[in-house]
Amino acid sequence: MKRHLVSAADLTRDDALLVLDTAEELAQLSGRAVKKLPTLRGRTVVNLFFEDSTRTKTSFEVAEKRLSADVINFSAKGSSVSKGESLKDTALTLQAMGADAVVVRHHASGAPARLAQSDWLHGSVINAGDGTHEHPTQALLDAFTMRRHLNPGAGNDLAGRRVTIVGDILHSRVARSNVHLLTTLGAQVTFVAPPTLLPIGIENWPCEVSYDLESVLPKTDALMMLRVQRERMNAAFFPTEREYTRRYGVDGPRMSRLPEHAIVMHPGPMVRGMEITAEVADSPRCTVVEQVANGVSVRMAVLYLLLGGATLTDTPRTDSVESAK
Amino acid sequence: MTAHQESAPRPPHQVLDGTDIARVITRIAHEIVERAKGAEDVVLLGIHTRGVHLARRLHARLAQITDQDIPLGTLDITMYRDDLRLKPARALEHTEIPPGGIDGRLVVLVDDVLFSGRTIRAALDALNDIGRPRAVQLAVLVDRGHRELPIRADYVGKNLPTSLREAVQVRLSDRDGVDAVLVGDRDFAARSSQALAAQATESHLPE
Amino acid sequence: MTTYLIRNAQILGGAPQDLHLVDGAIAAIGTALDATADIEIDATGLIVLPGLVDLHTHLREPGREDAETVLTGTRAAAKGGFTAVHAMANTFPVADTAGVVEQVWRLGQESGYCDVQPVGAVTVGLEGKKLAELGAMHESAAGVRVFSDDGKCVDDAVMMRRALEYVKAFDGVVAQHAQEPRLTEGAQMNEGQVSGELGLGGWPAVAEEAIIARDVLLAAHVGSRLHICHVSTAGSVEIVRWAKAKGWDVTAEVTPHHLLLTDELVRSYDPVYKVNPPLRTAEDVQALRKALADGTIDAVATDHAPHPAEDKDCEWAVAAMGMVGLETALSVVQQTMVDTGLLNWEGVADRMSHRPARIGRLAGQGRPVSVGEPANLVLFDPAYRGAVNPDSFATRSRNTPYKGLDLPGRVHATFLRGTATVLAGELVEQGGLA
Repeated sequence: MKRHLVSAADLTRDDALLVLDTAEELAQLSGRAVKKLPTLRGRTVVNLFFEDSTRTKTSFEVAEKRLSADVINFSAKGSSVSKGESLKDTALTLQAMGADAVVVRHHASGAPARLAQSDWLHGSVINAGDGTHEHPTQALLDAFTMRRHLNPGAGNDLAGRRVTIVGDILHSRVARSNVHLLTTLGAQVTFVAPPTLLPIGIENWPCEVSYDLESVLPKTDALMMLRVQRERMNAAFFPTEREYTRRYGVDGPRMSRLPEHAIVMHPGPMVRGMEITAEVADSPRCTVVEQVANGVSVRMAVLYLLLGGATLTDTPRTDSVESAK
Repeated sequence: MTAHQESAPRPPHQVLDGTDIARVITRIAHEIVERAKGAEDVVLLGIHTRGVHLARRLHARLAQITDQDIPLGTLDITMYRDDLRLKPARALEHTEIPPGGIDGRLVVLVDDVLFSGRTIRAALDALNDIGRPRAVQLAVLVDRGHRELPIRADYVGKNLPTSLREAVQVRLSDRDGVDAVLVGDRDFAARSSQALAAQATESHLPE
Repeated sequence: MTTYLIRNAQILGGAPQDLHLVDGAIAAIGTALDATADIEIDATGLIVLPGLVDLHTHLREPGREDAETVLTGTRAAAKGGFTAVHAMANTFPVADTAGVVEQVWRLGQESGYCDVQPVGAVTVGLEGKKLAELGAMHESAAGVRVFSDDGKCVDDAVMMRRALEYVKAFDGVVAQHAQEPRLTEGAQMNEGQVSGELGLGGWPAVAEEAIIARDVLLAAHVGSRLHICHVSTAGSVEIVRWAKAKGWDVTAEVTPHHLLLTDELVRSYDPVYKVNPPLRTAEDVQALRKALADGTIDAVATDHAPHPAEDKDCEWAVAAMGMVGLETALSVVQQTMVDTGLLNWEGVADRMSHRPARIGRLAGQGRPVSVGEPANLVLFDPAYRGAVNPDSFATRSRNTPYKGLDLPGRVHATFLRGTATVLAGELVEQGGLA
């Protein structure tokens, strides 16, 4: 694996399977009395959140604590766009604190990439969602959830599985990370959205595009509904909430058009009544709650694989080992 | 010894063959039954990688002797190792605790070679997070000495005095195609029996 | 005044000749000139071009002296071979009154490195609401003839029409920054494949082309002169070509960076590539080069836009837009136009000196290299190869996209009315003001 996890495109098939298999092992932990491992003792992980995200932050924090890392929460919300502390100064501060990894959530696309490429800090950078770019750990937990239901077993990928992602693709970092990762794992991805919510150039992405949800449903193994913000309506991306729901929302009758084994997923937070009805959200086929639990396992796996072994911050020690040989 | 060090590394030579290993496992099984008074509350936990295979064999032998299906599990101690930072992160093996758990049971840890004791230290830490056994015992195929921690085995297949420049390699048919314990110069391969085995399958060793 | 004898220089890339510079003018041109001078320069292998004229420079003074001043900007201009620059109006305060343009003009006079021709704002405060006092700025000492709200588009069609009409009275020209504002809300980069993948707000080509199309029609309708700033798309080129074919008085400029760089560079998220209009695709780059070669695009203009380090040392979204360009312009043009065979040195002189001077109506600039003309000249060494080193820049800012890049050519000397501002590649300090 690379030193950072900025984009799901950073992961090869082997990397991705290693994360999923590791997560599968670590998932057992949740059934134990002591849900903790000593692995990252002495490692400092900073959760650097420039944007509110209680669920992602909590998920990372649980994962970090279960691995015994020292956790620092650095909330920098609102300090960047105007003349607050710059990203650079924040990074230099974290470097001075000895951060072994920085989990960063930022409203600006590319901010984690910028941190990873800069010499401002030396630890690993884990992207916890940047603007409308990527959210690679979300894609990993989605893939983990899909594999459990559709192709269970260590070492298995998602070959031959068809994943339909519905909603605001244009503004979705979840969709971008998923299209990379799911394709790497052999799944076929179809985006369904009104044309206004698809990015220019989508025809060159490794996926299918459809404007018609109904026709795609029978050929879907996993249906992923994305949140649609009501504000998009005001920018004329679609006329009304009612029309969006009618054309792109999933309700009971639509869910029944899915194959028997298919699951319904949602990265949360759901807008009930908009892209998903309560009937679907509360049905046993909906994996939303499971996805949250899986998120902890997957993030533990990522943290372990990036920080559990020798890292750049250990350089003096690895050097002495080399010379000892 | 001095003269030895100046010579070229010796290729591994065999100290136990398949028959020896089978006999040793039978003996350990009997010892467990004897010391655990019928082995009724025993849980066998094999430590990855070859400890798992040995535990399976012990389990089969115990079943023959006691006519009982003794709970059998596996333990991956990677997350508890004290040398994690010396190498890139390793892939995890499967840990499987039998359904009855380990609380109040006599856990017998099974491993192939007892050396520094660090693996067993990690295994004890792992057990501590999993439950609270009545007691923990250790069964190993080979004890080669050179302990770095105050740890000893309860059941030993063979005590094998070695020098630190030697490596002990355990090969089991379920995994390596043949049952054998080999000793060779450490320079001949890496320190761990796994690494040595990986290399040995490519070099031409006496079978 | 120091006299110069330049030996064996290739005027516009022609056969080696000598030039004798006396009293600010070209006194003689010939082979093996029998003349004496205070300083003799061996110009073997060097090209002589008329002093370059930039239609589009941000000197930042007044208001953002942390990024650039008239002095540092004109020093950078001289190092790049320029003898005249048009200073854009988006300063603080905005150059929308006679007072501000005269101040900038005077600072230029005092610098001594390069003529500074202030550009006046079209609307008060660049806000697009109320016409600025265009006539007063023209009548001021600065003699403004080029008006632009650059940085912002004059997007109101009526305002644009009025401005086009109004400046006819004094042979002025409106230089439009073509950017439809609604289509570019939240825009961060060219809208296309790369923006979609990077999740950065798109700046579609149509936002530029729609305004250009409207403006050429407006200019035709009212019979005015129109200049299009930093044309960046293949579609824009087509519209300009069509307007010219109609015989309308439309001119256009392209920046060096749009001749060389593409939006693929944005994948690094390094804000040094953030610029407005944004870097476009390879197809656009090819179309722009072709249009510059065939004259559809009249001029290369740098859009030199200095920014302090902290405005670029940050995440992409909050970074300032713009690149410095005065000191690398000629090298980029050599690489993209001359070394590719699209333009010879005569063509370079036309697109970087003659035509921009004519568009700006600058007297004494963009003149032919011939006897009796003002000695505004550049000696350029096209054989030089070297990596761009921002530390050697004269501009106060370092936001160049070419850092470490091997670019051909180097300015050896620049003469402003016979006074050397650059000799042997180094600035010549002027009058103790530096």
